[in-house]
Amino acid sequence: MDTKQEIARRETGVSEAAALVPPVDVIEDDAGITVTADLPGVTKDSLVMRVDGDTLTIEGQASLGESQTIEPVYAEVRAAHYKRSFTLSRELDTANIDAAIKDGVLKLHVPKLEQARPRRIEVKAG
Amino acid sequence: MYGSLMRLPGDFFADLSELQRQVEQLVGARGWPSSIRAVGRGAFPALNMGTTAEAVEIYAFAPGVDLGKLEVSIDKGLLTIAGERQSDVPDESDKLNVYARERFAGTFRRVMSLSDDVDSTRVDATYRNGVLRIVIPRREESKPRRIDVKDMG
Repeated sequence: MDTKQEIARRETGVSEAAALVPPVDVIEDDAGITVTADLPGVTKDSLVMRVDGDTLTIEGQASLGESQTIEPVYAEVRAAHYKRSFTLSRELDTANIDAAIKDGVLKLHVPKLEQARPRRIEVKAG
Repeated sequence: MYGSLMRLPGDFFADLSELQRQVEQLVGARGWPSSIRAVGRGAFPALNMGTTAEAVEIYAFAPGVDLGKLEVSIDKGLLTIAGERQSDVPDESDKLNVYARERFAGTFRRVMSLSDDVDSTRVDATYRNGVLRIVIPRREESKPRRIDVKDMG
């Protein structure tokens, strides 16, 4: 009797490697949207960010530097890969995403397009 | 009828009852006791522990923690990892909308019990890319040792 994963792999040709969903903080202000994500063990080199149409995907491979011969005894974190996707709206400038990762914390800022920023409209007395 | 339903592979009811069994096991509800220090999912920082022939290695997943606010200590075979992580999210105001606030902020404390065969005077702790790695070597006499058998015949 095949497991669900084996059947899925056969039918789609894709194996679903387990990925962790990193917790995020998302805030929006006049300048754009800031996303902060917890990606412990991920460095600038193992971080992949992709914009595909209106979808932003953050992926990272964690490296812990553990010994080769280690045997797990207790594991709350059972995968070394993080992945999370977001759909963005059209007023965001996806070509100018600014991102930095330090101590496993990714901070990325998606600015709003110039014409989408809040603008005050002058009301002239008529 | 219900008997055959339970045996279908990947069926909804089997998954649900398996999930329920796992949750019950985690909180020690069903006979198998859970460690008195075990916490449910979602504790910060998450911990992994592994062993090698020479040492015990503990990994705490604590990104963005200021080392000045992190305290690692061992007392009577209990390893304690405690500290504080500031929230990056400013308070909601007219100029700001907070859509998600999933990351942990505040003080944390996690405790793990260590086996007797580790040498707690020679602990090595490093913090890299948000992962705290603690290596505690085993006592010399507890390491696996090969014993030679003398031939008396």
